[in-house]
Amino acid sequence: MTKVTMTVNGKAVSAETEGRTLLVQFLREGAGLTGTHVGCDTSQCGACTVHVNGQAVKSCTIFAQDVAGAEVRTIEGMAHADGSLNPLQQAFNDCHGLQCGFCTPGMVMASAALLANNPRPTEAEIRHGLEGNICRCTGYHNIVKAVLQASGQTDTQGVAAE
Amino acid sequence: MPKDEIANKGGIGASTKRREDLRFLTGKGRYTDDINIRGQLYAHFIRSEVAHGRIISIDASAAEAMPGVAKVFTSADFAQAGSIPCGWQVTDRHGKAMLEPKHPILAEGKVRHVGDPIAVVVAETLDQARDAAEAVVIEIEELPAVMDMKAAVAGGDLVHEELGSNLCFDWGFVEENKAAVEEAFAKAAHVTTLELVNNRLVANPMEPRVAVGDFEEWTGQHTLYTTSQNPHVIRLLMGAFVLSIPEHKLRVVAPDVGGGFGSKIFHYAEEAFVTKAAHILKRPVKWTSTRSEAFVTDAHGRDHVTKIQLALDAQNNFTALRTDTYANMGAYLSTFAPSVPTWLHGTLMAGNYKTPLIYVNVKAVFTNTVPVDAYRGAGRPEATFQLERLVDQAARELGVSPFDLRRQNFIQPDQFPYQTPVAVVYDTGNYQATLDKLVEMADVAGFEARAAESKSRGKLRGFGLAHYIEACGIAPSNLVGQLGARAGLYESASVRVNATGSITVFTGSHSHGQGHETTFAQVVSDMIGIDASQIEIVHGDTSNTPMGMGTYGSRSLAVGGSAMVKATNKIINKAKKIAAHLMEASEADIELKDGVFTVAGTDKSKTWVDVTLAAYVPHNYPLENLEPGLEETAFYDPSNFTYPAGAYGCEVEVDPETGKVEVVAFSAADDFGNVVNPMIVEGQVHGGLAQGIGQALLEHCVYDENGQLLSGSYMDYAMPRADDFPMFQVDHSCATPCTHNPLGVKGCGEAGAIGSPPAVINAVLDALHRGGFTHVTHIDMPASPSRVWAAMQR
Ligand code: FES
Ligand code: FES
Repeated sequence: MTKVTMTVNGKAVSAETEGRTLLVQFLREGAGLTGTHVGCDTSQCGACTVHVNGQAVKSCTIFAQDVAGAEVRTIEGMAHADGSLNPLQQAFNDCHGLQCGFCTPGMVMASAALLANNPRPTEAEIRHGLEGNICRCTGYHNIVKAVLQASGQTDTQGVAAE
Repeated sequence: MPKDEIANKGGIGASTKRREDLRFLTGKGRYTDDINIRGQLYAHFIRSEVAHGRIISIDASAAEAMPGVAKVFTSADFAQAGSIPCGWQVTDRHGKAMLEPKHPILAEGKVRHVGDPIAVVVAETLDQARDAAEAVVIEIEELPAVMDMKAAVAGGDLVHEELGSNLCFDWGFVEENKAAVEEAFAKAAHVTTLELVNNRLVANPMEPRVAVGDFEEWTGQHTLYTTSQNPHVIRLLMGAFVLSIPEHKLRVVAPDVGGGFGSKIFHYAEEAFVTKAAHILKRPVKWTSTRSEAFVTDAHGRDHVTKIQLALDAQNNFTALRTDTYANMGAYLSTFAPSVPTWLHGTLMAGNYKTPLIYVNVKAVFTNTVPVDAYRGAGRPEATFQLERLVDQAARELGVSPFDLRRQNFIQPDQFPYQTPVAVVYDTGNYQATLDKLVEMADVAGFEARAAESKSRGKLRGFGLAHYIEACGIAPSNLVGQLGARAGLYESASVRVNATGSITVFTGSHSHGQGHETTFAQVVSDMIGIDASQIEIVHGDTSNTPMGMGTYGSRSLAVGGSAMVKATNKIINKAKKIAAHLMEASEADIELKDGVFTVAGTDKSKTWVDVTLAAYVPHNYPLENLEPGLEETAFYDPSNFTYPAGAYGCEVEVDPETGKVEVVAFSAADDFGNVVNPMIVEGQVHGGLAQGIGQALLEHCVYDENGQLLSGSYMDYAMPRADDFPMFQVDHSCATPCTHNPLGVKGCGEAGAIGSPPAVINAVLDALHRGGFTHVTHIDMPASPSRVWAAMQR
């Protein structure tokens, strides 16, 4: 067992880990942050997406010990300090971009990274950019709308706000 | 009320934003895997790696000595347990009950599919349980796998020797019509025939299944936390049939559940295992499915092989329909498996048409595969796919428009209620209207210009039409009892009004993405006239909700919502009595509007809170003839199914070089009756469309001839992704409200998955024919590039 420390949502978090402990296990079991989900075991679904040093990564695909000392942000660290939703989260709520909510943390984290890299993506760029995240509920329609809204393109494509 | 006024008040008809989103968007949802009980142990299942085999020996001695291992379980530990029950008994065409095999918690003597559980290691940590599982030595004599349904029925190896056959049942419907149907075919001017496969699918809700068992020694109380669409049904099946635990000693909790699509209706072995193991070990036991495990344990969907024929007269009227279907049951009978290819399929074979004579034959077959059961639509997608492919093919053979052939044979708006020849009575509908709407939405008039533009880019464009009908909210209980259901299909609700006027609604319906916490509150808010924020919806826990049958078959609002309306009406009636007393008026003169009670023809009034307070502080109260308090329970058992219907149009582009199909537009004109929250209804349709289009173009559960699952992960099973779809156009304005439930609602959860597969395949066929590939009569789903390309080669 090795003690690993990293900064999660601005706070230092430590936990005992084995070499095989995944970042997602560290977050869910070590840090008690269960907002990050596990939807597969082949790095395909993106439910586990978090930000490591500002980059979106699938936390099921990376060992906790490999990111010791990193800055990690999870869904629990996305809302404003007063607890209110940030504009991207709000857009998911406004556009009904979630149903069962299981893919949602990963979708929000992946969308946030997408917008950080491309602040005004086209519909096609959003669909391509979210290709690593599977949602079984929404048919993606309202997720795409939410990302368009969050990027301030509410009316430009005639689909974002109705 | 004008629409924007409704929207402001957040009542019925408003696209109220979902209250449940706040916890999901901040990572505060509470899914079963987020539950950890102090002192819990972890279960790891050792599963069969072969499809069919005899268990020679299991040696767990080395594993039991490994660090952290509490116990290794085998079937011997469950000798007292009952069989995992099947909830629906089908009687075959000869009056014989279906063959029903035993389904043990852990395999007894034989393994019957890849993934069949053989032993379970329970240890202090999951890693210890997994490590110890490597040390369990299991010897299995492999047997030939029973895979092909027709061969399985013809003879040879048996999945269950004790049953003497692989044929579970041979169902005929309507058996009395068989001769008349044959006669109509003999007289037909034209007969169209198709042979079709409805491909096997895996439901794949994004949350894998999880079960946590807990046992409290001093009370004898068992608790199961599980990813279920219907916790009461699990309590009933597991408590009464498998573990013999009476209801008052068994609590089943299904907290936030990450999607189900049918696969979380059923009672699974792992639920019984953790409940019993917690009892034996006196410690909580947790099991979390991996995705790979989900592929070999969650019930699969569809898997029908069908020959279907349509007889037409010289004027192109449909005169008779007959089908022969082989339906795969898998290795055991899952909870509702026998109902899917029979009562949820045969009864829908009339579709939207006046076809007077119908005969459906279904042979259900055991194979060495994962059990097959209801998946979004359950039986109705299979029926719709056959029928709508067939009607399109008939139109092509006859050289008539697929629009016109459908319109000519539609049940006309003035024919409702309409008795079909397959038992059911459609209460309302207007199929001409939904088709008109679709023609407008999809800009059918502009199609030729778009096709020409596609052609200029070397692409083949096609338009595919499908019309569907489905049946939601299976009922009434006395009828389904005659049809073989071993449960009632009512729903219940309790409405508790608190002293300060706020309301807690306890419902037996279960939400796993459908947004009941929002929409159910809208309904009660509308009925009483208080703000929806004053209303809380509680579900998912057998210890604090009344008996419920849960959520599947698009039944929540039509059945569960109706129970809630009934209970709320009881509340309003009692509240009016109290108001009448407070205002010294006659009860008959009391009106309730916008949360205020008034006496007709006077200016007297009492607020909702005046009355609720009086109910709990009954100082000025008619105690001699009215009990204090304000809480009511109602059960609702529908008198009929509801019948949503609609017209779907798919536009595809096929790349003739590669066979790749792209869906470039999809329009859906649905009749769901009345709609409580349009935003949520549209979201349900979007999700259904994605699953239906996914079935048509991408998803395919494939076994090899030895029973190995070849598509056992997201690397091999093509889940639809964001870039597989265009924006969808959906409309639900052609509403003919249901005539027999208080809200006039029909259900919207499955429609998208039912109507879209034939629309997609019809579009692919249209594209190929326009491109000159007129020899192609059918392409099985999924219409993958290789299949489409192969079909194009002569
Ligand atoms: S859980 Fe990480 S990609 Fe699926
Ligand atoms: S909202 Fe359920 S998987 Fe995306």
